[in-house]
Amino acid sequence: MLQIRGLTKRYRTGDLALKTIDLDVPDGQVMALIGPSGAGKSTVIRCINRLVEPTAGTVILNGANITALGSRDLRRARRRMGMIFQEYALVERLTVIENVLSGRLGYVGFWQSFLRKFPQSDVDQAFQLLTRVGLDHMVDKRADELSGGQRQRVGICRALIQNPDLLLVDEPTASLDPKTSRQIMRLIKELCGERKLSAIINIHDVMLAQMFAERIVGLQLGQIVYDGPPNRLTAEVLTRIYGEEDWAATIRKADEDSDEAKSEPRAVPLELRQPHHDRDRMAGLT
Amino acid sequence: MPPSTAAILAPRYWRKPPLIKRAWVRWALGVGTVVYLALALGTIDVNWTRLSEGLPRGARFFAAFFPPNFTGRWNDISDGILESLYMTVAATVIGIVLSIPVGLGAAKNIAPQAVYYFCRGILAVSRSFQEIILAIFFVKLLGFGPLAGMVTLSFATIGFYGKLLAEDIEHTDPSSAEAVRATGAGWLQWINYGVQPQVMPRMIGLALYRFDINFRESAVVGIVGAGGIGATLDTAFNRYEFDSAAAILLIIIAIVMLIEYSSSYVRRWVQ
Repeated sequence: MLQIRGLTKRYRTGDLALKTIDLDVPDGQVMALIGPSGAGKSTVIRCINRLVEPTAGTVILNGANITALGSRDLRRARRRMGMIFQEYALVERLTVIENVLSGRLGYVGFWQSFLRKFPQSDVDQAFQLLTRVGLDHMVDKRADELSGGQRQRVGICRALIQNPDLLLVDEPTASLDPKTSRQIMRLIKELCGERKLSAIINIHDVMLAQMFAERIVGLQLGQIVYDGPPNRLTAEVLTRIYGEEDWAATIRKADEDSDEAKSEPRAVPLELRQPHHDRDRMAGLT
Repeated sequence: MPPSTAAILAPRYWRKPPLIKRAWVRWALGVGTVVYLALALGTIDVNWTRLSEGLPRGARFFAAFFPPNFTGRWNDISDGILESLYMTVAATVIGIVLSIPVGLGAAKNIAPQAVYYFCRGILAVSRSFQEIILAIFFVKLLGFGPLAGMVTLSFATIGFYGKLLAEDIEHTDPSSAEAVRATGAGWLQWINYGVQPQVMPRMIGLALYRFDINFRESAVVGIVGAGGIGATLDTAFNRYEFDSAAAILLIIIAIVMLIEYSSSYVRRWVQ
């Protein structure tokens, strides 16, 4: 359970990026944070793991007040928050598995990580995750040899190997094509379901947000202007978040998609969903 | 017809905007540079008769180098070369090891401000003295011989390598370093995973380049008494043994070329 109270951020330039945000994310909830560029979406998730120091307010994750922690405890707390980035943010000259294992850095000592002597359980988990996302044949490839979709899968593995309680996802699809975007979003949603993870997903694409999130929060100029289910995103709401535009096409299409996305996991028997998983594995491998 | 359409139809004048906006500043700078250059050339007083006498003298001096004599002083030469190589290897390794903490501290994006200014200060001091001046100082301090040369070259290496390391760190991609920090990594782990892989290939290339520079400099600092092949070269000149000096110069050129070729190979390999 994540509780945010009165979160405020004023940058040194004087810009007030967040104006007293209150937000609760229950365990296991996948929440999308939408809003125009500069609305403060990235600032929100970076204030949660304090890559950006909030100016005021509290962030409480499972009872621990993140905003009050000293640097040592903050590092411990960061282990419980996996982060996935816009341009993947992999270390390009490291191999795929080194990138994944870097998610364990908070758990191992310096010399262990320096000599790349991670505990066998960590290595096992890295292989399991890479197999799950269909990259087990690329373990020793360098990250810069991978395609965009593959890199984001490595990014997802790096976040999950932390064994987090919460995923902070910053524009995961911004540099991916529409098909890969959907595959990545589906993968994130499935993995959250498998591991009972809650997630905050910053995303530009309203339709993707509606398809894969169970809750949408709309941010505009550092304030929450919408908080509700995906199917209540009307033209009026989108105008409140983004400003005046012709929203008709976005909404109609999104309604169909969100219905499909919602009913799919429950209604379709597991056997029938199997090819679906295979499709996921193949994504980005071509 | 709307006014915008009319504006499009009319031919419009365009020129690339000048670098310096104000015309009088632009002209004053241009004319000023030319006048200054002319005056500066005017102050250099060329003595043509001296020059015409000097030319054959220069030619004779140059001719004295040939044929290079490798055998006459071979023991001195090989001792000098080996001493220079020891000096170069030791100075490069020591200098680079010492420059890593200084370089980390002098990178604005990872160091606190106080550390940053302190380390930048060290780099500035190290870089502001030319090797010869440092060598004269260290020869006075430590006496004649290769130890003074090694200390000189180590000190100069800190300035060179530390500055370039700091600048390379400042140009790393902050997002992958941020991602490593977000995992809960400690500071050293963050440097090792988030920063080091990004700067490593360039820093290996620069280490080889510095090795090359240190070897060449070892020949120069020897002239002021800091040991190595420079001392041998100085002795050869003092004894008017230009053929031996030529041999030394050829060996230096050959070794520098060898380092150059191998370093370009290594650089391609580590990319």
